[in-house]
Amino acid sequence: MYEADLRATAGRNMAGRVGAGANTRLPELYRTMRRIRTFEERVGELFVRGQSAGSMLHLSIGEESAAAGVCANLRDGDSFTTHHRGHGIFLARGADPARMMAEIGGKEAGYCHGKGGSMHIADMGLGHLGANAIVGGGIPAVVGAGLSARHHKTGAVSVAFFGDGATGQGILYESMNMAALWHLPCVFVCINNQYGMGTNIAQATANPNLHERAAAFGLAAETVDGLDVEAVAEAAERLVEGARAGKPAFLAVSCYRFYGHARKDKSPYRDPVEEEAGRRQDPVAFARAALIDRGLESESELDRLDTEIGAEMDATIDFTVAQTEPPLASMFRDVYAPEEPEPEPVRARIDRVLARD
Amino acid sequence: MALQELTYRDALRKALADAMTENPDVVILGEEVGRYGGAYGVTKDLIKEFGAERVIDTPISEPAIVGAAVGAAMTGLRPVAELMYVDFIGMTMDQLANQAAKIRYMFGGQIGVPMVLRTQGGTGRSAGAQHSQSLEAYVMHTPGLRLAMPATVADAYHLLRMALTKPDPVVFIEHKALYTMKESVDLDAEPLTWGKAAVRREGRDLVIVTYSRQLHYCLEAARTMSAQGIEATVIDLRTLNPLDFDTIRAHVERTGRAMVVSEGVMTAGVAAELSARITEECFDFLEDPVVRVTGEDIPISVSTVLETGSVPGPQLIADTALRMLAGRVPA
Ligand SMILES: Cc1ncc(C[n+]2csc(CCOP(=O)(O)OP(=O)(O)O)c2C)c(N)n1
Ligand SMILES: [Mg+2]
Repeated sequence: MYEADLRATAGRNMAGRVGAGANTRLPELYRTMRRIRTFEERVGELFVRGQSAGSMLHLSIGEESAAAGVCANLRDGDSFTTHHRGHGIFLARGADPARMMAEIGGKEAGYCHGKGGSMHIADMGLGHLGANAIVGGGIPAVVGAGLSARHHKTGAVSVAFFGDGATGQGILYESMNMAALWHLPCVFVCINNQYGMGTNIAQATANPNLHERAAAFGLAAETVDGLDVEAVAEAAERLVEGARAGKPAFLAVSCYRFYGHARKDKSPYRDPVEEEAGRRQDPVAFARAALIDRGLESESELDRLDTEIGAEMDATIDFTVAQTEPPLASMFRDVYAPEEPEPEPVRARIDRVLARD
Repeated sequence: MALQELTYRDALRKALADAMTENPDVVILGEEVGRYGGAYGVTKDLIKEFGAERVIDTPISEPAIVGAAVGAAMTGLRPVAELMYVDFIGMTMDQLANQAAKIRYMFGGQIGVPMVLRTQGGTGRSAGAQHSQSLEAYVMHTPGLRLAMPATVADAYHLLRMALTKPDPVVFIEHKALYTMKESVDLDAEPLTWGKAAVRREGRDLVIVTYSRQLHYCLEAARTMSAQGIEATVIDLRTLNPLDFDTIRAHVERTGRAMVVSEGVMTAGVAAELSARITEECFDFLEDPVVRVTGEDIPISVSTVLETGSVPGPQLIADTALRMLAGRVPA
């Protein structure tokens, strides 16, 4: 199926959008994608330098258009959840990359004080209801957020981002059914990077036309080619605004996971020819070429921007390395609300048992 | 007969391969068990040896994986379902606790569910709150489920082979920090007895009851204590259901002191059950209260500092035992 996608996009004429006008969002979309790409590259460096907390780092290189294109249509007050490959989405919603990197390094200065890490990053201030290490685990929360938005009449939309692998989870279908049944302002975004670990989507389902499932539940449902971030943004605009008006939606973004599942996976299960073709489906390079082609930016302007972003992201590593580990006693904090007593440490309990004469 | 150098991972793989060779009805199903070879490499290349119809890669659908294993077991297969992390057991709890565990009983003994659910748990990889838990208490709390937790390479092999002969569902929890542990083992040696604990070390002063990775920490602590004149008996439970309480009782009665060590959280955990039982059944022999050394009653952090700080290590075990015995035993 992806082969067909590749052929279709290879034959497409990028010049088709010349004249889309001065109000194009492409420069901003490019900038967002470039920041994601560079951030993810630095996450890889953090790992190599032995500064990351663990090796469960899932990079979103190759799928930046999903984050950039969808988030370009979200507003203050909207909320979202992500899967374990969610750095890019969070960045696209305005995260501070230094605090993100510090969290990935397990440092006190990170978004979750080193408790969450790469797979559990969150920021309620930006509407990020949480990244998740349980495949599908974050999906139903957007149904609840949709109920809240309806109840409080906020006009907010809630978006669940997840991978193609999560389409194997029953909870996705339970959630979409509820959203459709109750006309909730929810959007389900499936980032179809063709793989769940070593399993190609074609090995995980007999019908890889994922949007058809959502349509069957009564959602507005589309598949879009993630090579073209403008196409993603346009589809997302339609679907997000539809959801705001009470028509929940599903969007599958077709893309390719450029590297391994996690930092240490070299994808031995993938055909190198396929990999090479997949990596040519590069949304960042595609957008860059389009900007130059259409005369929206010059190559040197883009080089300058890329360098600037490189420096910004380099600084996140320096920041992280300089930060302190969370204090040991902080492990008891935030199990319950701050006004509640903290759990009693095992050591304190042992002390009491042993304190006899 | 021959000693061979094997890792815990190799031993598990060999147990699966040997069982599959012996019994054509043994099938494996789970995420990434086939082409990928298992998230921790336990099923590496089994698909090449036994084919994709016996080593079945599934979609990411945990409840259906376990549920399919239940149905397969009821209809003549010998399924080994794999959950990549024990942390996902909650998603499968209906199939496990309401279906697998109760089918024999609810249906008046007509049929059993001879399946094995292999999974792994524990800390040690900075894998965060949803990939580092020790959830054996969920299983031990459910009548109808057997529970094995190997701590050594030889046990990894033998317990898995035996689990695959048991008439009832066995949950088999490996420890993610043990996969690369190496031992010289003789797999043809007399197999262990299912349901019988192993006394890994004998000492006169106290009994330490433990299982899984904490065994190694307890043995290390016991060596430290020995250098200070305190001798501990260390019991490795191997299976938590069946539970070999006879062995525990015999050693508690002999030494008069017991400590229970588990990586799981303290409250309502495996150590709570063991401690209660030792207190109830060995009360007259105890010189001191049973002490639990366990994981903290908190989730696991991704920060390595907080992660290692929240579970027992050799030092806490040794310190606690030494304090327990301070001034009570002639040094
Ligand atoms: C419930 C659950 N099952 C299995 C896993 C192990 N796991 C982590 S990521 C992953 C693959 C997910 O694939 P996909 O949803 O396509 O996301 P991608 O990694 O491609 O971004 C698996 C099987 C998990 N974390 N949670
Ligand atoms: Mg995927």
